[in-house]
Amino acid sequence: MAGLGYAYFFTCATIAVLGALFTVTAKNPIRGAMGLMSMVICLAGLFLALHAEFLAAVQLIVYAGAIVVLFLFVIMLLGPDAAAPEDQRGRTTRVLSGGLFALLAVFAGYLVVRPAWGQAHRLPSVPRDFGSVDAIGRVLFHDAVIPFELSSALLMVAIIGAMAVARGKHASDAEKSLPKPANEVKP
Amino acid sequence: MIPTEHYVALSALLFVIGGIGFLVRRNVLFALMSIEIMLNAVNLALVAFNRAATGNHTGQLFAFFVIAAEAAEVAVGLAIVISLFRLRRTVRTDEADLLKN
Repeated sequence: MAGLGYAYFFTCATIAVLGALFTVTAKNPIRGAMGLMSMVICLAGLFLALHAEFLAAVQLIVYAGAIVVLFLFVIMLLGPDAAAPEDQRGRTTRVLSGGLFALLAVFAGYLVVRPAWGQAHRLPSVPRDFGSVDAIGRVLFHDAVIPFELSSALLMVAIIGAMAVARGKHASDAEKSLPKPANEVKP
Repeated sequence: MIPTEHYVALSALLFVIGGIGFLVRRNVLFALMSIEIMLNAVNLALVAFNRAATGNHTGQLFAFFVIAAEAAEVAVGLAIVISLFRLRRTVRTDEADLLKN
């Protein structure tokens, strides 16, 4: 039984990491979005293993159903220009910064994990309705009503903001309204 | 019973992958996807820690709000990508220099 749990965890974890690596390294944004989707689905599977059924469903609906599709819409809207080739300027600096970040993160992870590694693991037993829609809904509408309502306001503002930003000017209008470059302005 | 450290280590690994992607890639779309990976990793850590303390649902609640905030962030971010593409015909972050001069 325990072996089955480990097999499930490591399968999901491997696919998630591979999907994330695929997303980060892909040349074509559509492939990147597909990698992102595989990672999201595997994380939803891990949420199920962690007794977070409601969050697993939300993860699937919001991520795989909305966010990845939004990415795909934008990629299709941009057309072939979305896969702009990476320019090589400053590549050393960028790779160096990424490597430094990875080193720091590995060090921090070592410090966090070290005290508990190898000790006996005893997770508490799960209450009967832990993570269910019922329990989460109770907490959401009882303890966290105000943040919940505020998050609806946030989403409203985001919708209006996205509409206002996306239906902005075209390049042809911008030529007229943008100020001239500094070296052309007469003193 | 998978120990919590496994989940936290996986979460850290995903966060690092997303962070490196955000630092190294110059395409706005890939930068946004890297941010998605990082926020997903944070959610995994929150849910895993909540599993280790089953007395309340704070971690799962927090992850729920992270998902809500992230949906808003992606909507606005992609709107900015489209707007930038209309103005400059580019999706490269280092060509987004409208505020220069």
